[in-house]
Amino acid sequence: MQRNNSFVEGDRIRIKKKRTDSGVVVYEGVVMPTATRNVVIKLDSGYNIGIRQENVEIEVIERGGRLKTEKEAKEGAEEGEETRKRKVKEGLPTLSILSTGGTIASKVDYRTGAVSPQFSTEDILEAIPELGQIANIKGKVIYSILSENMRAEYWRKLAAEVYTEIKNGAEGIIVTHGTDTMGYTAAALSFMVQTPVPVVLVGSQRSSDRPSSDAAMNTICAAKVACSDLAEVVVVMHGSTSDNFCLIHRGTKVRKMHTSARDAFQSINDTPIGKVIYDATDINKIRFEFFSAYTKRGENELELSDKLEDKCCLIKFYPGADPAILDFFVAQQGYKGIVLEGTGLGHVSAEWIPGVARAIKQGIPVVMTSQCLYGTICDRVYDTGRDLLRAGIIEGEDMLPETALVKLMWVLGQTSDMEEVRRLMRDEKI
Amino acid sequence: MKIDYHKIGLKAGLEIHQQLDTRTKLFCKCPTRLRDKKESTLSFKRYLRASKSEMGEVDKAALEEEKYSRMFIYKGYDSTCLVENDEQPPGELNREAIDISLEVALLLNMNPVDEIHTMRKIVIDGSNTCGFQRTALIAMGGEIETEEGGVGVDSLSLEEDAAQKIETEGEDDAYAVVYSLDRLGIPLVEIGTAPDIRTVEQARKAAEHLGMILRSTGKVKRGLGTIRQDINISIEGGARVELKGVQNLRLIGKIVENEVIRQTKLIELREELKRRGAKVESPIEDLSSVFERTASNVIKEAGGEVSGVCLRGFSGILGTELQPERRFGSELADFANKYGVGLMHTDELPAYGITAEEVEQMKRTFDATEADCVVIVAAERERAEKALKAVLSRAEEAMRGVPKETRRALPNGSSAYMRPLPGASRMYPETDVPPVEIDEQRLKQIKSKLPETFEHRKGRYREKFGLNDELADKISRNSNFGLFERIMESYENIPATLVVRTLTDTLAELMQEGEGIEVENLEDRHFMELFKLLSANTFGKEAVPDILKFLARNPVMSVDKAVEEIGLRVNMEEVERVIDNIVNAKKGFIRDKGARAVGPLMGIVMKELRGKVDGKMINKILEEKVKKVLEGS
Repeated sequence: MQRNNSFVEGDRIRIKKKRTDSGVVVYEGVVMPTATRNVVIKLDSGYNIGIRQENVEIEVIERGGRLKTEKEAKEGAEEGEETRKRKVKEGLPTLSILSTGGTIASKVDYRTGAVSPQFSTEDILEAIPELGQIANIKGKVIYSILSENMRAEYWRKLAAEVYTEIKNGAEGIIVTHGTDTMGYTAAALSFMVQTPVPVVLVGSQRSSDRPSSDAAMNTICAAKVACSDLAEVVVVMHGSTSDNFCLIHRGTKVRKMHTSARDAFQSINDTPIGKVIYDATDINKIRFEFFSAYTKRGENELELSDKLEDKCCLIKFYPGADPAILDFFVAQQGYKGIVLEGTGLGHVSAEWIPGVARAIKQGIPVVMTSQCLYGTICDRVYDTGRDLLRAGIIEGEDMLPETALVKLMWVLGQTSDMEEVRRLMRDEKI
Repeated sequence: MKIDYHKIGLKAGLEIHQQLDTRTKLFCKCPTRLRDKKESTLSFKRYLRASKSEMGEVDKAALEEEKYSRMFIYKGYDSTCLVENDEQPPGELNREAIDISLEVALLLNMNPVDEIHTMRKIVIDGSNTCGFQRTALIAMGGEIETEEGGVGVDSLSLEEDAAQKIETEGEDDAYAVVYSLDRLGIPLVEIGTAPDIRTVEQARKAAEHLGMILRSTGKVKRGLGTIRQDINISIEGGARVELKGVQNLRLIGKIVENEVIRQTKLIELREELKRRGAKVESPIEDLSSVFERTASNVIKEAGGEVSGVCLRGFSGILGTELQPERRFGSELADFANKYGVGLMHTDELPAYGITAEEVEQMKRTFDATEADCVVIVAAERERAEKALKAVLSRAEEAMRGVPKETRRALPNGSSAYMRPLPGASRMYPETDVPPVEIDEQRLKQIKSKLPETFEHRKGRYREKFGLNDELADKISRNSNFGLFERIMESYENIPATLVVRTLTDTLAELMQEGEGIEVENLEDRHFMELFKLLSANTFGKEAVPDILKFLARNPVMSVDKAVEEIGLRVNMEEVERVIDNIVNAKKGFIRDKGARAVGPLMGIVMKELRGKVDGKMINKILEEKVKKVLEGS
């Protein structure tokens, strides 16, 4: 056996392999990155194959033509502000696209063999030229991360960027985002930014490196919404499995309800604000249909209140759950706010109630939401509920557990007064 | 036209697609069965866009498709899932399908790869919901033998079958193609041979041979549409052209011949254009004013807008026939058709209600001379421009000779342009499907269970059925060998020679006869019943070709019924009567010749009863009756 490490990705190599049945077999191709232990080459036919490095002789035929490494690609994407060099079109509004990564902007990661976020805003514009007909686009890469890697600190930075863009004259904001935690970010921006212009979050459920990707249609519809008179933080995503319309969801009411389908995003305990009826052949024929009232462009002053209390957590109760879980967060980890995802109308087992009471007594608000997702919390019906109310629990009404968590972070960023927290948490206008 | 294929340097390669008979689809747990389209429970609409491949290049074929992006409608069933809908990532490669592919690869003496990588092959005609076909190279470097020499087997890939196009909905630009999702994801192997084929006969033999090997595994689907052939053809000085959708082997000869003629003619056209100093640098002129008061319905119906280009030195070229019912003008028209418009040109005008005066005005716009050709389309400006640009670019190709392209085989053996030849850049890794390493153990296991080789089978047939070397060879290489064995094991009194001749020569002859005889319609059950009835002396073996011919035309009919319909059923009384009549009429002759009269009389009786009764039986009856006459005298 001969080991030969003298080739690198992108080199053209010839592999001579001794096989038991057929003697020496020769393979020729370009070395591809791989996550397996075998040499992977791309043949001239376009196929990749893997060859075990046993009984092989490898010869480099042609050097160079190195493929872009993941690092280089990332550097390219992280160059920061990349305004597209195109003439500003008179009469078109100016939109800022803030890119945070996720499937809407992704490419093959050769090391892990999986899809990962890598494209810059520039790549998005190149992939969806229609955006140039809708608005003058200004792009900026804020992060290049998968949305499961999002955190409160990133929400703050994003909110500040949104604020700055609007202040600098953007007439609408599009935030491209991974779908996994887009609901959380939408809620966070809803609380942190009071906006006079549309702030639209958009993502895709099928990666943009495939012809069937929903990225293009979602982004085109998002751009249309960003140019509209709807001045709220919203999520715009496919409304059905067909490429026929997108739904506009209020940022605090939206949840990803399917792991992979295009129409994963749904408004919970609310109807969507409206829908965008898509037309692939002519973007000028794309139109809106609204289902409910909304805040109009310019009604609100631009305002940023980006303080968040990061030390809040969301605990899901399950039958038999150990009450020590709650104590762990309160006593050992020093959490400042707790959201419970209880059963049914908003319950945890009787064993938990003393712990809840202790936490509240210590000035740590505990908010109850339901794992049913649909419906409103009502703790006056059963004994456990009444006990929880007596302990001082804050009923999260029909808030999504995730929205309640983000709201609690934000509220605690504004005040630590328990009564004020209670009032703000139950104020539906916020 | 008699073609010397060696002289013109024919190089052809085959690509065979065969569905595998697996329990589930290639990337999900759905069954691999086709559905009645009326049972569809779901319908949704999608668009596709070309995307960058891993090297950052957009595939040429994919790009061209996107230019006429249209809507696709998909029909789902209770036997399809989110994977077919492109709403869920694919599962891992189906192990059963890998094993069958490896088995076929080993039978073709190929080298399996050590690690299988699933690729995405961009296809944006809508036949795959995700916009690519998943395909994985399983093995390379095999060879098969034909009487005219070896043919290399370059590659064997395992891929998912595409959705089936059912119909189109709507009109003109807005039309949508409707696809059924039941077929999408059924595993198939694609076997590609090297361009080692040099004659039509060799192409047919190689295709038959591959088909036989596939079927010998017993793990491939049978029946209409389960096997499809493409053929790559080039001649000296021509270019590689891929012909898709060759419906049956019988057409291969005609298709090769017609493509060779087309390429030869295109090479001649290039020389002619060179000699003339032809030029393709034309502005696209608006000719609507020429037709303001036209009587042409074609133009009036299209809204009166007409655009045109001038091909300098192309006079007469568009009318040149390249293939049966296909002129060079048809090639240009294929390109215009992609934009939903037809074209007209001065080689064929005046016609379609366009007057000689209008033609003159058209020509004047371009200062065209007798040597030039003006091509026009009647459509709104934007569409006309796209179509004429495509026409110009195809005309330019003509100055270089034969363009590399993918063509669609037509039922008459001609072909039409389909799309450019796809390049390697349309392939990129399917990252949702992990690579699969093939270890020696797995290969060893498959090797130990390979189906019988020809040589072994041939020896067995010689011994067991007493076949001579030629016939044993013939049937052991034939895809119907399994059927042959079943017939021999099921029925008595059937000579092996007859079964072999029927399954090979007779079928080949019927195929040659052509015209309305679809030999593909004949199924195993037809042959089983045929020999069952034959074994019971229901009719004579001479009738076999006629019965098969009839069944090929009426495949739903039972053999029994077919025999009835053709009027072949033996009525022994009638046979006796016929023989009696002849014997009675020839009494003198019999008395003269004695027992030797049987021979000549046999001829007369057979002529009368042709096919209805086995010759041996007639001989027996006749002998008895002759004997009686002689005894009575």
